[in-house]
Amino acid sequence: MAESVKPLFSVQGLTKYYGDMIGCRDVSFDLWPGEVMGIVGESGSGKSTLLNCISAQLEPSEGTVSYESGQFGNIDVHRSEEPIRRKLRRTEWGIVHQNPRDGLRLGVSAGANIGERLMSIGARHYGNIRRNALEWLGEVEIDASRIDHLPKTFSGGMQQRLQIACNLVTEPRLVFMDEPTGGLDVSVQARLLDLLRNLVSRLGLSVIIVTHDLAVARLLAHRLMVMRRGEVVETGLTDQVLDDPQHEYTQLLVSSILQV
Amino acid sequence: MIAQENAAPVSTAATGEEYNFAYLDEQTKRMVRRAVLKAVAIPGYQVPFAGREMPMPYGWGTGGIQLSASILGPDDVFKVIDQGADDTTNAVSIRKFFERVADVETTERTSEATVIQTRHRIPEEPLTEEQIMVYQVPIPEPLRWMEARETETRKMHALEEYGVMHVKLYEDIARHGRIATNYMYPVMVNGRYVMSPSPIPKFDNPKLDRSPALHLLGAGREKRIYAVPPYTDVKSLDFEDHPFEVETWDECCGLCGSETSYLDEVILDDAGGRMFVCSDTDYCSRRRESGHLGPMAAREDLDELKGDRPAQEGGHNG
Repeated sequence: MAESVKPLFSVQGLTKYYGDMIGCRDVSFDLWPGEVMGIVGESGSGKSTLLNCISAQLEPSEGTVSYESGQFGNIDVHRSEEPIRRKLRRTEWGIVHQNPRDGLRLGVSAGANIGERLMSIGARHYGNIRRNALEWLGEVEIDASRIDHLPKTFSGGMQQRLQIACNLVTEPRLVFMDEPTGGLDVSVQARLLDLLRNLVSRLGLSVIIVTHDLAVARLLAHRLMVMRRGEVVETGLTDQVLDDPQHEYTQLLVSSILQV
Repeated sequence: MIAQENAAPVSTAATGEEYNFAYLDEQTKRMVRRAVLKAVAIPGYQVPFAGREMPMPYGWGTGGIQLSASILGPDDVFKVIDQGADDTTNAVSIRKFFERVADVETTERTSEATVIQTRHRIPEEPLTEEQIMVYQVPIPEPLRWMEARETETRKMHALEEYGVMHVKLYEDIARHGRIATNYMYPVMVNGRYVMSPSPIPKFDNPKLDRSPALHLLGAGREKRIYAVPPYTDVKSLDFEDHPFEVETWDECCGLCGSETSYLDEVILDDAGGRMFVCSDTDYCSRRRESGHLGPMAAREDLDELKGDRPAQEGGHNG
């Protein structure tokens, strides 16, 4: 990474308490343009709390998150005005929820779901919106004939792919993903991962992806952050962390992968 | 229209009842008028107000009645329409209510009225600066079908996040090939707030645009008042390639021959016989009085529709 490039996204000393319980504590990292960062750890280790805090869905107790925005310049995410945060969330950011039903409107068709972000930023030409929706359905390998079907008639894997299309249609710069392959069977998971990897490299997306699945992390992430009990125990390049784990917890995690 | 500038109660003797003039007490009327002033100042914005219990159930026009009660003065001439007609049950009972508690003059003629309370229609006859329209609104929130949370819809209004309104229209075109929303068609008021124009047919939406009259909309159950002041821009939402269009009919009104008014379909018998008549009964009868006759105007079996005389026993079943 060239020295002159500024980090796209920077987290400093982020801490979240739930009462006297720790959600996550003193997390700091930088994310560079085009980089995919994986956050791994066991269930309850604070991964999702961290993701919700940095994607401005949850107010942290301490710490700052700054983002280099294309429209607003460098902003302090949690101290900026709410309209700016909401604008970011539907233009420059994408948020892929673990459960696709949290990210989709189940009462309207797949095409309308994809079109929503476009319409929210002012698209007012039905034909263009529809063309865009068809294009993105193709991009995530959903048959074009399903464009007018409701998402609830889709399988879990298709819903997840639809959710990804909904997020990418406005060409975001930064995408947050919370267990995007959770709950999918392995063959569907493999295809989704393949798709994600292609999209990420072709569109030059920066991604922060939370997963408990080290295989997902290995496939997608350039860099890994290992969390336990709300704290980061190890960071490094993906291959380095997975092939030569230094911290005892990471060693445990890596050795726990089932071999078939 | 608010004749009593000072809030002194008008003598209850005038109504011959123990109720205050126009049913509501003066403090309540002041509260409603304050909400009305705010609504007029921010066109299309839904102002909350402390809606009162009225002597009729929600859904029967309690929002509109509270508005009418607050703005009626002794000199006003009051007209009530329901489904475009003056002689339907709801219209008759609301008119009687105000005859009794406010002792105002009532009329069926649009041109004579100063305050017109309505549920479904805006009269065909153009309104004037001297007139106030009062609407009974069932669901004031245009975003409700797309977003169930009130906290969220308020935020969306505040931040002008109106993309989801077009999602609904998109869905219409995707399913029906055209925008199939025919009533409560969302409008943008004064370039700022998206507003639901009550359950009027979209045929009446263009009448709101730069209308010389004041339009007040009241929702009794949801306790919201909003307004379109005179000469305010009201634009119906649409797509560039699917522009807003009003309903059209192939036939003219069977009674008065009008080709420009909103028509209701009337089933005449069980053998497929039907006709179209103006939904605005006052407009239709004025036209007939001035000599316009439609193709079915001469049929005596349709006298009940014309409002000329009550139906005979046995009716007109063919």
